[in-house]
Amino acid sequence: MLTKLLSGDSPRSVILSALLIAVLVCLAFAPFLFPGVRALETAATICIFIVLAASYDLLLGYTGIVSFAHTMFFGLGAYGVALASTHMGRGFDALIVGTVAGAVLAAILAAVIGLFSLRVRAIFFAMITLAVASAVAVLVSQMSGLTGGEDGLNYKIPRELTPAFKLMDDKLFGVRVNGKLLNYYLVFLASFALVLVMLRVVNSPFGRVLQAIRENDFRAEAIGYHVVTYRIIATCLSAAIAALAGSLYAIWLRYVGPDTTLSFEIMLDILLMVVIGGMGTIYGAILGAVLLVLAQNYLQDLMEGAVPAVEGLPLLPELLSPERWLLWLGILFILSVYFFPTGIVGRLRKPRA
Amino acid sequence: MTRTLLQTEGLTVRFGGHVAVDAVSCAFEAGELTAIVGPNGAGKTTYFNLISGQIPASAGTVTLDGQDITRQSVAQRCKAGLGRAFQLTNLFPALSVLENVRLVIQAHAHQGVNLWSTAISHTELTEAAEAVLERVRLADQAHAVVSELSHGNQRKLEVAMLIALDPKVYMFDEPTAGMSVDEAPVVLDLIAELKDQRDRTVLLVEHKMDVIRTLADRIIVLHNGALAADGDPETVMASDVVQEAYMGKELEDV
Repeated sequence: MLTKLLSGDSPRSVILSALLIAVLVCLAFAPFLFPGVRALETAATICIFIVLAASYDLLLGYTGIVSFAHTMFFGLGAYGVALASTHMGRGFDALIVGTVAGAVLAAILAAVIGLFSLRVRAIFFAMITLAVASAVAVLVSQMSGLTGGEDGLNYKIPRELTPAFKLMDDKLFGVRVNGKLLNYYLVFLASFALVLVMLRVVNSPFGRVLQAIRENDFRAEAIGYHVVTYRIIATCLSAAIAALAGSLYAIWLRYVGPDTTLSFEIMLDILLMVVIGGMGTIYGAILGAVLLVLAQNYLQDLMEGAVPAVEGLPLLPELLSPERWLLWLGILFILSVYFFPTGIVGRLRKPRA
Repeated sequence: MTRTLLQTEGLTVRFGGHVAVDAVSCAFEAGELTAIVGPNGAGKTTYFNLISGQIPASAGTVTLDGQDITRQSVAQRCKAGLGRAFQLTNLFPALSVLENVRLVIQAHAHQGVNLWSTAISHTELTEAAEAVLERVRLADQAHAVVSELSHGNQRKLEVAMLIALDPKVYMFDEPTAGMSVDEAPVVLDLIAELKDQRDRTVLLVEHKMDVIRTLADRIIVLHNGALAADGDPETVMASDVVQEAYMGKELEDV
């Protein structure tokens, strides 16, 4: 049953299994284990970025395609929900229409970009995606009548998914059972399902062809696989899943803006999540996303806590001051790439390689 | 009785002003093993590349079993029944030996775009792949990662992938290059077996004269991209053009 759920792709490492189970349990019971608004925000962000990073891994790790347009697809899903909710009024129908439209549009756009650039060389695709993603980001910030520009869009989602909706009068284990809780579980369950779907895809015959293309596209063609077709299908699939993650993010935040969905920083974050976690494993994207989102949200607190401990020492309090958190994040990245060139998962699966 | 499986008609490719393959017209019959010889740079591998589609032809046609494939892509030619093993080992290094062969069989079974079932659940594909590995005596290495395989075993895998493809036309480009003396016969026996299937044809680029003597039914000689000689081994080897042009030098290697 479990093997079937994971599509026969077990973590193949005791530590990795333990880590993954810990992540699953923490996210599944996050509202009860870590009470508080901020913890719940972090947990939902982790869920969504797991999906986003894993969908990027489908491209980068499995097919060997470098894309810089992943946030654009993420944004398409998010803006889909936002625009539908703005123009159709609050309601589940708006959410569904926005989500489906975003995903379909993302897949079509990915197919068009792929048809133009994947026929030539993989590096060309990277350049084109960079250009298209920048153009879209500029468009979104300029067309403020439609997209709200730099301010983004605020909109209403169905009442059932907001804190105002009460399911029970009493608290359950000290937690209010309201729409926010429902919203979290919508995000969690959808993310969980999407990760399982991706595991399924990468372990399917199709997934094996993608790996073959990554390893040796010349030979893949010579044994009868039309490489361009496979690359385009992979790109569309990855774009559609990224858009779904974007829709979830929009439903969760009740706000979209260029900074939360389209910015280049998010693109770099996704890249780092996949590389640090371990490319071509899906599980790596999970760990990478957890690590990065946690670091972004709690590293400052951690540093704040550390300052009194080193008071009186030279230089250290300066370095540990919370404003310097990006410095430490950078150092963490360099160290992790240096010590785990194959990512955390690669390292765990082959400890002494 | 004999059937022409592969035919090139005036096949030519020019790189700038240099004519690498010059109007080669040749037919290959079923049940025949043709050795393609010639000095380095004679255009043997380029001729192969033109047939299998890695390089587009400047002029001329390639016909596979009556079907014009000159304008087809590499993948289409492969599906039409053209199988090629490469001179430089050309595999999927990070995947297992079994997976390399399985991918070939999967392509054949048109399962490539299957996104939903798990690959390992297709036991019939896996069993077919294991059977091929058994034939090339690589079964004990089935789960080894290709990049960790010895050179000889990588060459065997190269042959195994071609066998798994089960094409009408087998193309081998120096299949025993760099193999040890005790490993080479396994591969050569396999090629001989393929030749005995009467409805296939085998093309073999080879430098080793002893190999050619034992295996070839026919030899064609390429020189400066053009067809210099064509016939049964004794005649070709004895012919003046071959002796004078370069066979003398080649024979020293034996």
